Amino acid sequence: MNVLSQLVEAFSSGKIRVVDLTQTLAPEFPSISLPPEMGQAWPFRIEEVSRYDERGPAWYWNNFSCGEHTGTHFDAPIHWISGKDLPHNATDSIPPDRFIGPGCVIDCTNEAAANPDFLLTKPFLLEWEKKHGRIPPRAWVLMRTDWSKREDPVAYQNYDDEGQHTPGPDVDAVKFLVAERDVLGFGTESIGTDAGQAYHLRPPYPCHYYMHGAGRYGLQCLTNLDQLPPTGAVVIAAPLKIRNGSGSPLRVLALIHD
Amino acid sequence: MQRPKRKNPVLRTRLPTLPPAARSRVALGLTAAAALGRFELQQCRECGTVQYPPREACQKCLSVRLDWKPQPPGGELIAQTVLHHSNDLFFRERLPWRLGLVKLDCGPMVVAHLHAAAKGKVLARAMLDRAGQAVIVALPEKENGDMADDRQLREFTCDPRHRKILVADGKTAVGQALVQGFAKSGAEIIWVGYAEPWKKFAGFDELEKIPQVTLVPLDVTDSKNVKELAAEIAGKVDIVVNNAEHHRTFGISNRQGVETARAEMDVNYLGLLRLAQEFGPAMRSRGADGAASAVAWVNLLSVYALANFPPHGTFSASKAAAHSLAQCLRAEMRPAGVRVVNVFPGPIDDEWNQLLPPPKIAPAALAKSIVAALREGIEDVYPGDVAQEWLERWRDNPKALEREISA
Repeated sequence: MNVLSQLVEAFSSGKIRVVDLTQTLAPEFPSISLPPEMGQAWPFRIEEVSRYDERGPAWYWNNFSCGEHTGTHFDAPIHWISGKDLPHNATDSIPPDRFIGPGCVIDCTNEAAANPDFLLTKPFLLEWEKKHGRIPPRAWVLMRTDWSKREDPVAYQNYDDEGQHTPGPDVDAVKFLVAERDVLGFGTESIGTDAGQAYHLRPPYPCHYYMHGAGRYGLQCLTNLDQLPPTGAVVIAAPLKIRNGSGSPLRVLALIHD
Repeated sequence: MQRPKRKNPVLRTRLPTLPPAARSRVALGLTAAAALGRFELQQCRECGTVQYPPREACQKCLSVRLDWKPQPPGGELIAQTVLHHSNDLFFRERLPWRLGLVKLDCGPMVVAHLHAAAKGKVLARAMLDRAGQAVIVALPEKENGDMADDRQLREFTCDPRHRKILVADGKTAVGQALVQGFAKSGAEIIWVGYAEPWKKFAGFDELEKIPQVTLVPLDVTDSKNVKELAAEIAGKVDIVVNNAEHHRTFGISNRQGVETARAEMDVNYLGLLRLAQEFGPAMRSRGADGAASAVAWVNLLSVYALANFPPHGTFSASKAAAHSLAQCLRAEMRPAGVRVVNVFPGPIDDEWNQLLPPPKIAPAALAKSIVAALREGIEDVYPGDVAQEWLERWRDNPKALEREISA
């Protein structure tokens, strides 16, 4: 038996379980907010084409529209100016083997609950490695905050007069993951891979700046990270093959061994 | 006027009927003026005679050179009668109905619908009836406090008092001023929509404090959201105020791409279409639903719907599209007697007109004009001096206005 047939066997016997890390695409799900004078990403919208009616008697279907960065979505390196000239930097040119990798889940639940502006640091990551082992190369590092459990969009977006307050990584943590751990990318449960207040970091939005500048990827608006073990999951995250796309909504799956 | 009794939800809702709607093309002159809240009658350019009803030629000198001219509204009620029988379906359901003959100070004798308090010296007003056609109504010369509550007068107005109102966007200063205005006018319920509920907005807390207000998430770009809200409240709404607006300040060449223009169309044009498709049918079924029936649909358009203002060129285009669709809506709502009120303000004093020099209409003044238009039965509202001036220029010579605005 080769590895793949063992895999199929493990699926059918229930030894491997598939966890859906994806939020449902729906109009009510919050979208990224930019200052109103800037260009805006479309939120997810859906219009009925027909529903077994005079517009199409035996079939139901919809047209939907959304930006590349809507719902649970993938960020390609070309999304950021730091990654604009890299090879294989867009959704259609990224080698497909990059869409599958091991997942390391960093549990920041308590810290994020205590402080919505919590920044994940390099010492925090080193502490995690002491317990769970070194982050392997080409891994998805997923920051678990249980932010996805905030079902009320107001709490999920968490705005006040100074803008958004959501957790994310700090500058050194991102640099460390890229340079010293050679990660595939970084994923979060909130609406950005960067913290809500990351505009004030130097550089602004460091996760976008350094990850994409080094040809790595981002995943945001993930859910069900609480169902994953700290290590051992396999993450499958394949964006739509949009020509020169900067990202795309996608279905993110994790395989876990029970 | 007492607050109308609550509706018994198991009783049949009567279908709307309309007063006689046929008019000659000449007679539509009275309607055109009444739509703007003006009292104009035909006046002969040769001999100066003012005449009514409208005719093709002067009844005195037979000249065909007749102009619609504003006339003084004063007159005297010289005879009156009360209808207790009518074969017309509309009036049959509203008997008894008071009518009279008014000798106008400007000359002609007119048949007028009478306000209950009208006697002796009266003021004549041309008002649109439920069929959207102008008739003459005689009001008491002196305003009294609850004049607007008159049973017959309410058939010509869309008074917010005791009515249930949806204001589509409570996030803007105009929306908030409208809500305040409706609350003061005695509206029964005011639903106030707000898009992107995760972004708190200035004025939210003040809105919540108004007893009649219920805040409801409403994004006119989200068909599902509009449908769900309509499913919940469309059967109760008497007045829809579509003030949702997306406004950016670009023409063609100073903004790359179509995304801004598309967002303007999505809110300003398709937003109206979505609201009208979801709320229109239920409102049409309630055009004759007692003393607080469905009566009006207000669209916040722009004078730029008449002629493009190039610095806000794509916005102007979206408002022109909305204006055209509002005419369609007007035709579709008319059989139910629901009036579509189009509002054409000049620049509003808001953040998207920051760089335009005054005069700009204050949101509170705009809201006041809209409430007043509903109370007075006006269909096309040009609030404030700028809009009035544009209206006159546009009526005088649309081509000249196009050149003036784009200069």
